[in-house]
Amino acid sequence: MAEEVLVFGAWGSPFSRRVEMALKLKGIEYKYIEEDLTNKSPSLLKYNPVHKKIPVLVHNGMPVAESLVILEYIDETWKDHPILPKDPYERANARFWAKFIDEKCLSAIFKACWGEEYEHEKAEIEHEKAVKEVSELLQLLENELKEKRYFGGETVGLLDIAANTIGYWLGVFEEASGVELLTREKFPKLCNWANEFVCVTAIKENLPPRDKLIAYLRNRFGAGNASK
Amino acid sequence: MAEESVKLLGYWGSPFALRVKWALKLKGIQYHYVEEDLPNKSPMLLQYNPVYKKIPVLVHDDKPLAESLVILEYIDEEWKQNPLLPIDPYERAKARFWAKFADDKCVPPVMAAFSKKGEEQERAAKEARENLKTLESGLEGKRFFGGETIGFVDIAAGWIGCWARMTGEIIGINLIDAETMPLLDAWFQDFLEVPFIKECMPPQDKLLEHNKEFHKILTAAST
Repeated sequence: MAEEVLVFGAWGSPFSRRVEMALKLKGIEYKYIEEDLTNKSPSLLKYNPVHKKIPVLVHNGMPVAESLVILEYIDETWKDHPILPKDPYERANARFWAKFIDEKCLSAIFKACWGEEYEHEKAEIEHEKAVKEVSELLQLLENELKEKRYFGGETVGLLDIAANTIGYWLGVFEEASGVELLTREKFPKLCNWANEFVCVTAIKENLPPRDKLIAYLRNRFGAGNASK
Repeated sequence: MAEESVKLLGYWGSPFALRVKWALKLKGIQYHYVEEDLPNKSPMLLQYNPVYKKIPVLVHDDKPLAESLVILEYIDEEWKQNPLLPIDPYERAKARFWAKFADDKCVPPVMAAFSKKGEEQERAAKEARENLKTLESGLEGKRFFGGETIGFVDIAAGWIGCWARMTGEIIGINLIDAETMPLLDAWFQDFLEVPFIKECMPPQDKLLEHNKEFHKILTAAST
């Protein structure tokens, strides 16, 4: 049966890269469509009228939006190389942490790196608070990883893919803004995990070029909040 | 199945705990309910949900789970009778999408309309109405999101009708417009009439009083 899989994404977005990582892990062929987010295509608006955002997966003409929803759809549709465990409690745990990463981590990381404009004395305190918050969030992930090679155990799973923001984009944000967050001395397990994660073929092939991403971030958000 | 093996930590006035009660009721799961005093959270709650320190928390065989939508999926996978999610992956994706939409886009502006004043409140009310109208499109003309019977999205979002109406009464701004959202309005009403849904609802007069008090506190704080 001829199957058509389309992915609407943006080269720098960890969210659309998640979808590509999952498809690559399962060996699913797809056609990628790069969206210019300042000039969204009629197709994107048609396939995601509610949010008008990437990523969107279109499978045989049927669109699915929201990256974590898409990951679950991919896992349920193509059963090889499962990305969620079988046990309901382990599955719930993976969903809990994926939600945690999306709802808590990214905005906190962003605030620590590029924050808001504050007057000088306040800036130092606010920045320290933001860095501390990220540190607490990363500690929770460090604790969750325990002695596992990946969050998914012996192989990369849904939570590893959802944590791509931590595994790759965080390091890029750090370099672009000059703010240090994921240090080896505080988070040895998470650092080891990040190194392993970016070496997995299906992941490695789907990471945006580091220099290009740094240049884009600096251009868009400025030089960052590094203490002078 | 021993009642002690399933425990729910909740709060009588919380719609998020209510979702979990509904799911357990639908599947006929016996459980031990623990009412939390939210200004004075128990050590047990803090131990079971160290990340968010919130209710609801479901504890099954001493294994805790937090975040109500995550709990709903767990309940559905652990106990297979009266399924919440459909079988087809595409239909499941749609259900997850709309449950997330309700939580991310409908609940916050309803809460904001409840707690803010003046222009901020008007903007929030407008956003709530627009997003509720969008939620209506997810019904696709069906009686319930689950089709002829209650499903995942109904349990996830059905409470919003009652709370939005109560909010509207308290703040004097209508959030659910029967004229512009007839299907959504009908859905909210049909949902609340389903016997097991109705049975689990907190007493309306007590809830109204509680929310009125809560509203006073919130709006005093935002002055």
